[in-house]
Amino acid sequence: MAEDKLLKEFKSAKEGNIPKDLSELSEEEKERLRFLGLDSSLKREGEYVQIDAKPVVCRKQVEGLEILPITEALKKYDWLSDYYWKLLSPEKDEFTKATAEDLDDGYFIRALPGYKIVYPVQTCLYIRTEKVAQKVHNIVIVEEGAELNLITSCSVHPHVESAFHIGVSEFFVKKRAKLTFSMLHVWGDQTIVRPRTGVLVEEEGSYISTYVSLYPVKDIQTSPVCRLVGEGAKASFASIIANQPGSKIDIGGEVWLEAPNTRTEIISRTVVYGGENIARGKIVAKAPKVKGHLECQGLMLSDEGIMRAIPQLDSYFYDVELTHEAAVGKIAKEEVEYLMARGLSEDEATSLIVKGFLTVKVEGIPPTLQKQIDKVLETAKLGF
Amino acid sequence: MSVLLEIEDLWVEVEGREVLKGISLKIPVGETHVIFGRNGSGKTSLLMTIMGFPTYKVKYGKIYFKGEDITDLPPYERAKRGIGIMFQRPPTIKGVKLRDILKLCAKENNVKIEELARSFNFETFLEREVNKGFSGGEIKKSELLQLLVQNPDLVLLDEPESGVDVENLNLIGQMIKKLLQKDTPHKPRTKSGLIITHTGFILQHVAADLGYVIMEGEIYCTGNPIEIFEGIQKVGYEGCKNCLKRLA
Ligand SMILES: Nc1ncnc2c1ncn2[C@@H]1O[C@H](COP(=O)(O)OP(=O)(O)OP(=O)(O)O)[C@@H](O)[C@H]1O
Ligand SMILES: [Mg+2]
Repeated sequence: MAEDKLLKEFKSAKEGNIPKDLSELSEEEKERLRFLGLDSSLKREGEYVQIDAKPVVCRKQVEGLEILPITEALKKYDWLSDYYWKLLSPEKDEFTKATAEDLDDGYFIRALPGYKIVYPVQTCLYIRTEKVAQKVHNIVIVEEGAELNLITSCSVHPHVESAFHIGVSEFFVKKRAKLTFSMLHVWGDQTIVRPRTGVLVEEEGSYISTYVSLYPVKDIQTSPVCRLVGEGAKASFASIIANQPGSKIDIGGEVWLEAPNTRTEIISRTVVYGGENIARGKIVAKAPKVKGHLECQGLMLSDEGIMRAIPQLDSYFYDVELTHEAAVGKIAKEEVEYLMARGLSEDEATSLIVKGFLTVKVEGIPPTLQKQIDKVLETAKLGF
Repeated sequence: MSVLLEIEDLWVEVEGREVLKGISLKIPVGETHVIFGRNGSGKTSLLMTIMGFPTYKVKYGKIYFKGEDITDLPPYERAKRGIGIMFQRPPTIKGVKLRDILKLCAKENNVKIEELARSFNFETFLEREVNKGFSGGEIKKSELLQLLVQNPDLVLLDEPESGVDVENLNLIGQMIKKLLQKDTPHKPRTKSGLIITHTGFILQHVAADLGYVIMEGEIYCTGNPIEIFEGIQKVGYEGCKNCLKRLA
């Protein structure tokens, strides 16, 4: 189907069946949200939960942190207009356009200058109603010298068959600030997802993004664009994907190195059980003395799927160091046999090898976050 | 005395090449047998065939384990029934730690992985990616540790001493003793072993019950392992060919 027709089949999230608070959700829904990290046993500095078009939880535990629904933040702060739609244009495509025209809220999160918010802030964008298109706009600002760890979990009601999610996100990482942003997605096999993300990193700032999607989804297409505009800024992107039969996942990552001594690394690990996967990565050197590395590895588990790895390196200067490494292959027979000799069935062996393959140690992400990613990996069925 | 492993007239091909030509042997419960033989004579092939790796195709003959015909079972079914093997060149598995494998090897065996690793000075390796950058000696220790956790009734060891330094030889000897219950001589023994060796080192640590010489895929001689080893040292494998015992 043509991209511009996709949205027409869905109704507004404002018509959703939205409860007043989380207690009205069914046990099954609560369980799913707990799995995604809305778990009172995990230490959190703040939480934001939106169901369809409505924010239902918005709270913070610590000083130096602000969390508001974006609609409220826009009313409260005039200066937010300097950030709103500044990294992305509403004209970019029909999804940004639709979000600009009919917004279903979103989050505004800000770490004030110098505050290091240690434990994660958890956000959750949840689609609860059949045939709904949820269009959110998020803004995150990490002020000078501040640190913020953000986990976003996106999911649908366990019984919703078909849904559409558009997330416009604009992230600002100021001088010497650090933002880690991790997305854990559990969509449904009929969900269409169009995240649109822009990131701006200033001098000595760092941005670390991790994207994990191991469950079936119908169609994801995204390509965050990250600009490193201050000297010494860094960005890293890691995506960990299990491409299930029937899923089409097209994930990119574009980093523009616009100041000297900026660095980036884009890593993707994809296991293809079926469906279609495209792993794109692009690094553009727009300043001298920059460094960038792209690594894209795919593991094919069947002949039913397609995997395309499309790395791209552009340089406008001679004094740069841009490299890429891409490999697509199958599980090595010796590895399976080795584990089988230890008493693992072929399925158990495969699942362990896949889990190992998807274990990317992302430098700089906090241990609590790594634990949560490990848990998702542990729970996902990764055998045949 | 009951028989743990029995091989009957086994013919095996690898990549269309005959590597075993009519091997027959019996290992009773609690016994350890050793195999000698030239490079390329078929020793490793025999062990791999007992474990059931599909590259080694059985053309003729049978393998019985605990009385059951296992000739057509896949490796994990054999592992489940109590056969364990030490790999000479195990693969690196990306992102998988030694600890992850040990946990799975343990299955329902209630082994204290931590404690066991510590007792062989190997606890720092638990968090390492399995076999990645392991030295020759470290591979041996890692393999033996996995076997100790798996706790098989029949242990297949392929040159456990090769590439191990003098100090570690002793440690590896201890590990093999434990595997084969030779560290508790007063208790009835239920574990058996089949061990390939070139150096005979193992004979100093583990009393073996029987030795074989394999030549070009056939068992040339069977007998007291120490006598065989001394014989090979004296007359070489060439001498084995003219051995009177074989004619007898
Ligand atoms: N996977 C294989 N592919 C091709 N040939 C093989 C394979 N495995 C074994 N062979 C061949 O079979 C013969 C027996 O090999 P095997 O490894 O059993 O010898 P070995 O007695 O263990 O020798 P060594 O003492 O050198 O370890 C050799 O000629 C070897 O090249
Ligand atoms: Mg060999």
